Amino acid sequence: MSATPLLELRGIDKSFGPVQVLRDVDFSVNPGEVTALVGDNGAGKSTLVKCVAGIYSADGGEVLFDGRPVHIHNPRDAAALGIEVVYQDLALCDNLDIVQNMFLGREKRSGLVLDEPTMEQMAAETLAGLSVRTVKSLRQHVSSLSGGQRQTVAIAKAVLWNSRIVILDEPTAALGVAQTAQVLELVRRLADNGLAVVLISHNMNDVFAVSDQIAMLYLGQMVAQLRTSDVTHAQVVELITAGRSGGLGLTGETGNGNGNGNGKQDSPPTETTSAGADR
Amino acid sequence: MTTRDREVTEAAVGPESPTGQGKTAEPEVLGLGSLLGRGFGGLPVLVLLVLGLSLATDTFLTGTNLDNLGRQVSIYAIIAIGQLLVILTAGIDLSVGSVVGLSGVIAAKAVFDTAGSGSVLLAVLLALLAGAAIGLVNGVLVAILKMPPFIVTLGTLGMARGLTLLYTDGRTIQPLPRSFTSIAGGEFLGIANLIWLTVLIALLVGFGLRRTVWGRYVYAVGSNPESARLTGVPVRSVLLSVYALAGTLAALGGILLASRLGNGVPTAGTGYELQAIAACVIGGASLFGARGSALGALVGALIVGLLNNGGTLLGIDPFWLQVAIGALILVAVGVDQLQGRRRVRRGA
Repeated sequence: MSATPLLELRGIDKSFGPVQVLRDVDFSVNPGEVTALVGDNGAGKSTLVKCVAGIYSADGGEVLFDGRPVHIHNPRDAAALGIEVVYQDLALCDNLDIVQNMFLGREKRSGLVLDEPTMEQMAAETLAGLSVRTVKSLRQHVSSLSGGQRQTVAIAKAVLWNSRIVILDEPTAALGVAQTAQVLELVRRLADNGLAVVLISHNMNDVFAVSDQIAMLYLGQMVAQLRTSDVTHAQVVELITAGRSGGLGLTGETGNGNGNGNGKQDSPPTETTSAGADR
Repeated sequence: MTTRDREVTEAAVGPESPTGQGKTAEPEVLGLGSLLGRGFGGLPVLVLLVLGLSLATDTFLTGTNLDNLGRQVSIYAIIAIGQLLVILTAGIDLSVGSVVGLSGVIAAKAVFDTAGSGSVLLAVLLALLAGAAIGLVNGVLVAILKMPPFIVTLGTLGMARGLTLLYTDGRTIQPLPRSFTSIAGGEFLGIANLIWLTVLIALLVGFGLRRTVWGRYVYAVGSNPESARLTGVPVRSVLLSVYALAGTLAALGGILLASRLGNGVPTAGTGYELQAIAACVIGGASLFGARGSALGALVGALIVGLLNNGGTLLGIDPFWLQVAIGALILVAVGVDQLQGRRRVRRGA
């Protein structure tokens, strides 16, 4: 923990019109670790990820990559830093084959023409490197793959680019038991290979099975980021549903309240604007 | 389902690695299987039609008839290839027929007013620009204002036709000088310019779609625009380029039609948009996007042309021919659906 985190977010704010979705969020990710990002629906997980991925730009706060401040304005900026996101349902184009999908947006060219042999070989090597053996042909359309295979291809696509951070948005949400196990094994292998992995999940079993750290969001605020070994299942559930658990989580006096009741009279002036913006 | 997957996994953990499998897979891009599988299903129908007509009539396989057929089909094919680009992005361009009319009269009026002394090339460029401009308007409304392509191009269909009638006062522009009519009338190595041009365009667009990044993006946008956008595909630029090209190719079709007919008719091209869509669908394109090829559109246009030509040669009632072509569209779409269902079942 003493080493610099690979990615560090400090005080990220994000609003959509009058709705403040992220409020002063801190978040850090270490290489070689799986950091789980958990939270109830609407807690801001997806928004946070999209800020990192360059889909949205944050209204405030800073992003440090390798200790250096960076600005991520679009998906290409994120990709240039080595940040890859695997979106839940949106990762792949059904009518393209596996190789075409893995290289989409970053095709290899020789002159004007697509360099298919090189792309095919790199795709094969990446899949082999991840010990993926379930795919029959690299030229089959993604629509013909099973859910687990699709997720595998999506993850392989993310690691193809010497990426350093892979963010997985609910990678197991639509999968059966055996396929979930396969994907989680793959997630663990990514971290063991030295990548920083962010796992967004609703499933506590998955989170406890593979993560090293857990970061909990509650109504747009980062409740806590803790080592997985230091918390229990029940504590995590309480933190993401109520924002606090015993001594952990948000405390009412700090003025970090979310504008419903307690935060109003004793919050510092900067908070009043955000509380006001909330209604 | 899960047990089956595990079986697959275990079965595949054999001696051959995925790398090996990837390499043994047949060298992509132009295998016969992939041709048939990827929007080239019209080819067998085309071959059958040619064989049938050659046997049934003495007149089909004559130089004059084939030349005539080629000239007829060429203009439709060029417009259909433009239409295909839009269809690949899961859009549709209803304005191409009106663009044919507009560009035809723009080119015709330009050469008519200068009585052939001005530059024909300039007239052609002017007409192409008009087509590209209408295409761009379509593109901007679809890509940036997110309006549905059907409505957008329905609007520009009306506008372009109205402008054509205004521009000409509803009158036909004729006669046109030889320097202009020779574009479509001329030939090179014994084959009509029109046919050369069509083949060239089909090859160029086919190459662009299959072998360049732009083509890959066109299919990606048609397949899943949201995931394409998230991967960093410039979805807006791709859509703009596709509509602009469709407009430009339609304009080219209009210029060639005016050149072939030797006059600028303000109502030329009426209904061509539907012919173009029919050619694409018969050639294996899916209106849901991301499926189809330039050669497929060419084949589709040829099939429609052959049916018309063959029907005339065989003395079939042209009214029945319309019924037949309509039915063929339904068959093409039906086969496409069946194939899709089989694919899904295989993949499940």
